[in-house]
Amino acid sequence: MTSLYDEVQAAPGEGVPTRRVTIKVNGEDRTVDVEPRLLLAHLLRQGLKLTGTHTGCDTTNCGACTILFEGRPIKSCTMLAVQADGHSIETVEGLASASELHPIQEGFKEEHGLHCGFCTPGMMLAAKALLDKNDNPTEDEVRWALSGNLCRCTGYQNIVKSVLWAAEKMRAESK
Amino acid sequence: MYPSRFGYESPKTVEEAVAILDAHGGEAKVLAGGQSLVPMLKLRFAAPEMLVDINSIEGLRYHRVDADGTIRIGALCRHEDLEEDDAVAKAVPTIAAAAPLVADPIVRTRGTFVGSVCHADPQGDWAAAMTALGGHIVAQGPKGKRDIPMKDFVIGPFQNTLAFNEIAVEAVIPAPKGVRVGNYLKLERRVGDFATASVAVALDMVGDTVANAGIALAGVGGRTINANDAASGLIGKKLTAENISSVAAAVAAAAEPRTDHRGSADYKRQIVKTFVERILTGLANSSQKAA
Ligand SMILES: Cc1cc2nc3c(=O)[nH]c(=O)nc-3n(C[C@H](O)[C@H](O)[C@H](O)COP(=O)(O)OP(=O)(O)OC[C@H]3O[C@@H](n4cnc5c(N)ncnc54)[C@H](O)[C@@H]3O)c2cc1C
Ligand code: FES
Ligand code: FES
Repeated sequence: MTSLYDEVQAAPGEGVPTRRVTIKVNGEDRTVDVEPRLLLAHLLRQGLKLTGTHTGCDTTNCGACTILFEGRPIKSCTMLAVQADGHSIETVEGLASASELHPIQEGFKEEHGLHCGFCTPGMMLAAKALLDKNDNPTEDEVRWALSGNLCRCTGYQNIVKSVLWAAEKMRAESK
Repeated sequence: MYPSRFGYESPKTVEEAVAILDAHGGEAKVLAGGQSLVPMLKLRFAAPEMLVDINSIEGLRYHRVDADGTIRIGALCRHEDLEEDDAVAKAVPTIAAAAPLVADPIVRTRGTFVGSVCHADPQGDWAAAMTALGGHIVAQGPKGKRDIPMKDFVIGPFQNTLAFNEIAVEAVIPAPKGVRVGNYLKLERRVGDFATASVAVALDMVGDTVANAGIALAGVGGRTINANDAASGLIGKKLTAENISSVAAAVAAAAEPRTDHRGSADYKRQIVKTFVERILTGLANSSQKAA
């Protein structure tokens, strides 16, 4: 598959230099020919049809496009798709299994951590990065870890509660 | 928004990277954390012919304190690597204080210390910290390495003195003459915002006397403000209230703030003065406690 800016096509576009990259996306290797200028967020959404990753601001400010790159949160609108070659990334689609929600997703449901849901995928991945490092964060630590993600609806209160809910559930499950 | 077309290479060694830069004669750009460059490419403020991504070069992600006290920060040391690190906090408190204030936690997982110094944003935190600390940049080009002191490195807004075929491979902070103390205070409107005004202070103390002093400012001029001349008024002296207020006034006079949406020039100058006083008074109090 080739993913260019204006189109996704079977063969490379004429005269457009591309590079073949293989990226492990949610545990599965995906091989794609991309233009070097293609942003990772756009490859995910247009090329791989993983539209759970949102682009809000496109200026590295909002965090809606946050994904995990080798386990650490990054803004996928600010990384080139070619840079992910040979790396492993996780998007919101990787959180739930076929039958079960991830505790972080459950937390957002239980504590009403979303209104419109636009910021939610980025919030959940930033939260996952935090909980992977610190399974018992304080409210302050949650707020700090999410401070690169903007939400225009909730006022953040319930998002913080959701993450604390998830932390508690994950601690209980790992016992 | 998406960038204009460019070529892309991800060399495995610094030598290869330098050779690619050299071959493109000024039309290539180094890509480090990409947290300033990628936004600029998207806005098409930058349209290089070739991007040389240094992220695949092994051995550049480090920061360490040498036995003699010299601090070395490799080109791929990310902002977050400098946060919550006890060795950094002990050796260079100015850097430990600034690390959590640079951008936001997600930008900090990618953005690099050295890339930020190279970017030379007048509001950038690391160029100010490096200037106060009297550091230098190690540049590697086709003919090998050279050291560039900070005072000669940042020469204007977004302007450094690297040649087109040079890569900054390391930032170096010299060992202190005594015990190094310092702090960084930044006024920002919200997390992730650039500085309205910020002050970096680094002092080397011998007993309660200042042996070496550096102060630099961000956000209050068309480039990083080097206030080391004003700070040198402390050398050989103790941190008394009188000495502190005269240096704070001299540093505030060295600022070149402009009125904008973040505040008036007078306001920013006042912030600088207050921050210098606050930092130096804090350092005086803690050194008294330690004695
Ligand atoms: C939302 C947001 C908020 C931010 N807030 C702040 C803030 O509060 N304070 C602050 O200081 N910064 C802030 N930044 C900028 C951030 O710190 C960047 O990471 C930093 O300025 C550049 O580092 P980088 O590694 O990402 O460099 P890049 O973006 O990769 O490169 C920046 C420039 O430096 C050159 N360059 C990079 N590395 C080298 C090298 N080793 N040798 C030669 N040239 C090199 C590049 O060619 C380019 O011109 C913010 C950025 C964003 C997106
Ligand atoms: S879309 Fe990437 S940070 Fe807003
Ligand atoms: S729920 Fe609407 S932006 Fe966060």
